[in-house]
Amino acid sequence: MATHQIVQLPLVTAPLKARMRRNRLRVLLFLAPGLVGFTVFLIYPLVMTVWLSFTNSNMISQAQFVGLRNYRYLLDGDPLIWHAVRNTAWLVVIMVPAQVLFALGVAMVTARLKAGASLFRTLFYLPALAPPVAATVAFVCMFNPNSGPVNRILGLLGIHGPLWFNSPDWSKPALTLLALWGSGTMMVIFLAALLEVPAELYEAAELDGAGPWHRFRYVTLPTISPVVLFATVTGVIAGLQYFTQAMVASQVANGNIQPAPGYPDGSTLTFPQQLYIAGFNQFHAGYACALAVVLFVVAMAFTVVLLRRASGFDIEESPR
Amino acid sequence: MSESRTARRTVAASLLAVTALLAAACTTGGATSKADTGADDTTPVTITFWHGLSSPHEIASVDAVLAKFHKKYPYITVKAVAAQTDDKVNQAIRGGTAPDVASSFNAANVGGWCSSGAFQDLTPDIKADHVDLSQIPKAVQSYTAFDGKRCTMPWLADTFGLYYNKKLFAKAGITSPPKTMSELAADAKKLTTFNADGSIKTAGFMPYLGAYEMLTEHLVPSWGGKWLTSDGQSNVGGDPAFAQALTWQKNLVDWFGAKKLVTFKAGMGDEFSAQNAFETGKLAMMVDGEWRNAFIKNDKADIDYGTAAVPAADGKSQLYGAGYVGGNVIGMPRGAKHPGAAWKLIKFLTTDTGALTTLADAIGNVPTTTAALDSPSLGLSKDPNFAPFLEVYKNPLTTTTPASGDGGAYLTNFGHFVEKWQSGGVPDLTAGLTAVDKQNNAALKLGQ
Repeated sequence: MATHQIVQLPLVTAPLKARMRRNRLRVLLFLAPGLVGFTVFLIYPLVMTVWLSFTNSNMISQAQFVGLRNYRYLLDGDPLIWHAVRNTAWLVVIMVPAQVLFALGVAMVTARLKAGASLFRTLFYLPALAPPVAATVAFVCMFNPNSGPVNRILGLLGIHGPLWFNSPDWSKPALTLLALWGSGTMMVIFLAALLEVPAELYEAAELDGAGPWHRFRYVTLPTISPVVLFATVTGVIAGLQYFTQAMVASQVANGNIQPAPGYPDGSTLTFPQQLYIAGFNQFHAGYACALAVVLFVVAMAFTVVLLRRASGFDIEESPR
Repeated sequence: MSESRTARRTVAASLLAVTALLAAACTTGGATSKADTGADDTTPVTITFWHGLSSPHEIASVDAVLAKFHKKYPYITVKAVAAQTDDKVNQAIRGGTAPDVASSFNAANVGGWCSSGAFQDLTPDIKADHVDLSQIPKAVQSYTAFDGKRCTMPWLADTFGLYYNKKLFAKAGITSPPKTMSELAADAKKLTTFNADGSIKTAGFMPYLGAYEMLTEHLVPSWGGKWLTSDGQSNVGGDPAFAQALTWQKNLVDWFGAKKLVTFKAGMGDEFSAQNAFETGKLAMMVDGEWRNAFIKNDKADIDYGTAAVPAADGKSQLYGAGYVGGNVIGMPRGAKHPGAAWKLIKFLTTDTGALTTLADAIGNVPTTTAALDSPSLGLSKDPNFAPFLEVYKNPLTTTTPASGDGGAYLTNFGHFVEKWQSGGVPDLTAGLTAVDKQNNAALKLGQ
């Protein structure tokens, strides 16, 4: 195609050139609203964020170029950043896969239900409609080690419940339970994909003697793999940006009116929280931008690696 | 090929042009207006005042004081906007739409506001109007200014004292509130009761830092601790008061058991609700701000209580009666459209005795000038449970957390350190505090 154009170019006449220029302008005109939006809301913030990451900006007075100082502070100065990195990594490595597996499991169960399918699908989806702040407050209260119903029920079963959101060892697992409870949206996406798997494929596999595991492994999974990949990529990005629930849980569990990011013992301090604190509480917008650049690069790297490793992302190419 | 290259160039040029245009527009707006700086200018003007008070009775109190201001300056009308936060104020300053006057509950932001110029230096106005700053205690002056710039004034203050449950005291045979930290620890043990399973039923005192207002900043004045050196460097490792305070605190935590305290803390009830553990009798003593008196009244808590100064460290009896002070600040953001009228309002709200006593009585905070404190019209001074807080405010040894250019990052870093400390994760306290100094100083340099 490209070669064909190159061969033709010398033959283009002046009126044709003018017409092509007009066409180009027309195309640009149609693209203009999109391009302006793209520039204002993506390119411009991105360029400014990268630039500000090399300054001492506080977003109020004139920023001065400080070279790599913010990046050096990130690596060798910020006492809390490695807490934040470890916690965010934990959430990406443990919470996101758990959420994907849980949502897939629930979707598979509800897809096979013969009676009451709509009721159960609605029930499993409902928590996703709860606002994150309200859901987190309710969860912290339910898991209150002193007065919450969860530890009371565990006590009736003879189990001494943990401190949940008040324990550095249990706070992230508790947040994971909250994420599982609220994974209705992911469940619905999986459910839609599962219901799309052609029934004749299962019939053919059964005729070939495939058991439940083999039917899942060789029929279900390849067919829904684009959706699994989509859920994983968006889940990883959401995990890297995890903020609201951690912020609310730490403050409610601490019981103090002041925000208590990371409570208990830095265990819920995530990377975006540290970014927010630096930028909005400590007047270090330049440093916050450096953190944002790092977060962007990491999210991009995760996405690229996941997409490259999973060839089935393109629905057209997925096995049917 | 050249066609597509030209198209790409056109698109790139368009993008760059828009980006450059936006970049040029991205300057923090709001240079100072010189519209009405004259003291004698009586041209009618309407100014905007943002404050953080939000409950109906607080808003009504502010409006009542503003009515007095309007009576004094009939040509200035104040449009008050309630329930504003520091984030909104900062955003308005960045966007060039700042109000003429703004107040904040969070004095930790003063350093950032002064050093960045977000709030204007009031020194020229203060000098021109001969405002006597000596009527404001030194500690209060230190959290409302930074690096030689007085960009805010104190607008009511909070002091901290010891609240104690008289009924539980009598039951335990304790006749008076503790005056030393040893007495406090001994009384706390006497007052504490346990359930059959070993969990805490009633805590004599909650030594776990981070529980309600039990914060290092409210505790360390009893040892005379100073957070920053005179040149603004972190001092928590250099000042032995911090290690001494934390050692006392950890000994008491260990007596209870950290895990038991965390479990008890989780069930203490929300700090600002009728379920507050002191108000429900589950906590016999606690360090809290003067505002708790008003909450106890408003919550109609069934509790017979008393108040006193926070006990002093053993051997530092001279510090008994002093304590921690912090509070609201008020200033003129950059971009204020009517600075002359704005200054008149700031001056009125922060130095007029009638305005201060009216508002202090209405919302139960400490008025900020000595004239207002000694004013016979201050109803709060007649309340025996409020009087100790007024005395703390007057005490020259009362201290604060001084302003820093990074929004008090030294307190955030220290907060994370003490969490590790009280859960037993710091084997060497001295080395740990020295490391915190290093971290704090690195954070202070970041904004320079």
